[in-house]
Amino acid sequence: MNIDWSCRVVEAAELAATRGAGTRGERFRPYQRILRAQVRAQLSYRTSFWIDAVSGMTFTAMDLVTVLVLFNVTSVLGGFAFRDAFFMSAIASLSFSLADVIVGSIEQLRLIIRSGQLDSLLVRPLSLLPQLVSIDMQTRRVGRVLEGVAVLGVAAGLVHLRWSAQTVAMIILTPIAGAALFAAIFVMTATVAFWWIDSGEFGSGFTYGGRDFTNYPMTVYGQFFRRVFAIGLGFAFIAYYPALTMLGRADPLGLPDWAGWLSIPIAALACGAAGFVWRTGVRHYRSTGS
Amino acid sequence: MLPSITATAARRPADRSHIHLQTFVVLAKTGFRRYSTYRQATLAGIFTNTVFGFLRCYVMLAVASSAGGTVAGYGGAQLVSYVWVGQGMIATIGIWGDTELGSRIRTGAIVSDLLRPVPPVPAYLAADLGRAAFSLLTRFAAPVAVGAIAFDFYLPRRVATYPLGALSIVLAVIACFGCRYVVNAAAYWLLDGRGPQAAWSLACSVLGGLYFPLRFLPDWLATTLWIATPFPSLLQTPLDVISERSTGANAVGLVALQAVWAVAMVALAAAVQRRGEHRLVVQGG
Repeated sequence: MNIDWSCRVVEAAELAATRGAGTRGERFRPYQRILRAQVRAQLSYRTSFWIDAVSGMTFTAMDLVTVLVLFNVTSVLGGFAFRDAFFMSAIASLSFSLADVIVGSIEQLRLIIRSGQLDSLLVRPLSLLPQLVSIDMQTRRVGRVLEGVAVLGVAAGLVHLRWSAQTVAMIILTPIAGAALFAAIFVMTATVAFWWIDSGEFGSGFTYGGRDFTNYPMTVYGQFFRRVFAIGLGFAFIAYYPALTMLGRADPLGLPDWAGWLSIPIAALACGAAGFVWRTGVRHYRSTGS
Repeated sequence: MLPSITATAARRPADRSHIHLQTFVVLAKTGFRRYSTYRQATLAGIFTNTVFGFLRCYVMLAVASSAGGTVAGYGGAQLVSYVWVGQGMIATIGIWGDTELGSRIRTGAIVSDLLRPVPPVPAYLAADLGRAAFSLLTRFAAPVAVGAIAFDFYLPRRVATYPLGALSIVLAVIACFGCRYVVNAAAYWLLDGRGPQAAWSLACSVLGGLYFPLRFLPDWLATTLWIATPFPSLLQTPLDVISERSTGANAVGLVALQAVWAVAMVALAAAVQRRGEHRLVVQGG
């Protein structure tokens, strides 16, 4: 009976959606409204908002500060001098911030499933993933992206990049591809909650773990661990290989010098996989009941 | 119906001046039992701590090897134990903690805590100690065991390190509880606790010694942090004691400093709670 009811709601909703779906702009309008409401809601707790925004920016800086501190006690890390390692960290940091701002809130999915809130999102005439992303988008973290761009600029200055059309294309595309890969990891690990509601911090091992992993040259890691994270999950292609390509350095681990360009197909592949896993998860979803 | 409850409570206010030892123990046991039911979440947490353990361990070992084996007074094996014990401590002291108290204040559920005939700070402390005991057996023990198997792990060589290390862990749990209580209680004033929570998790992980040992910083800065802030007493001190980076009088001194911070933070939590109760407005009814 319950199923019958929800089906009818969905049908009615879909009908409304098809009627409403005119131009492209109209299709995005509901998400814009959700987003605006979200920003207004967050801004209404002013003090909290600003403390959070400032902490967020400091947090982003901390990965880079950690690299600075480590180089305070050593001059080489995994065979790389400070400026090269810092360049990799800067790429990693910008990629992660970008992904975190856009889809980071998806990690709340397990709480949304547990509380039964997902059902109310499913009956709305809007796609699920964009809804989930926009109901708690971390707009106050936009500052972190700007900060990431600035730091990458400084890091690129430090390593004296030889500017060519190729380098320009790469330095623009690399953080975008990196963000796409991080976003895919965010979505895939969140999807685990469809099967395993109590997955708790499981996802953080790959999302925040991936960010920390990407923050350093791949040469510091043990072989097995590196194979799983760098190649298996593709994290080496976010910052390490693109940085080597831009710096014109040979890879001590043996991949050819164009490996940096692989970031784009790998990110595309990861996004495809994430989409597949997501759809499978949603189809698998049976409400938590009430 | 609600007004009648409030009226009764006001006429005969519960005696919340002290807590019996027996009550304290019972509350601690319930804390232990509560967390022992979150089995899957515990497993997930162990997995994540282990991933981070490998990650940080490789980075630290790379730093040690390019710095010539020893860095800031830590040998390679000492850094291994620093990293893995640190991963075990995350859940034990509950560094990122939960925002339960904060959301109870926001939703008004805190009222039912205030109606109980026990002072809220010691009651929450008891439950937190129970939680910590469960974490010690699971989320502390498991990553440390993995680290000890996978790497060349430094086991304390002096007998005195074991009791001192244990004491240091307990003090870290209490100090961290006090800090988290204060952060959550900010909700009495701000309602939305996200900001203070974010600032806290940043401060305790960076200034506590989770990202890197504070001894990697210039001496003056590390010393200032140690004395002027509670953060190094949450992680850095127990880790230095257990990895025997600090021994003898030095270690005892650090643990004494930790005790001062533990008492100070719990006292601050109690003071903030008293002030907060005057601010509390429960909406609806």
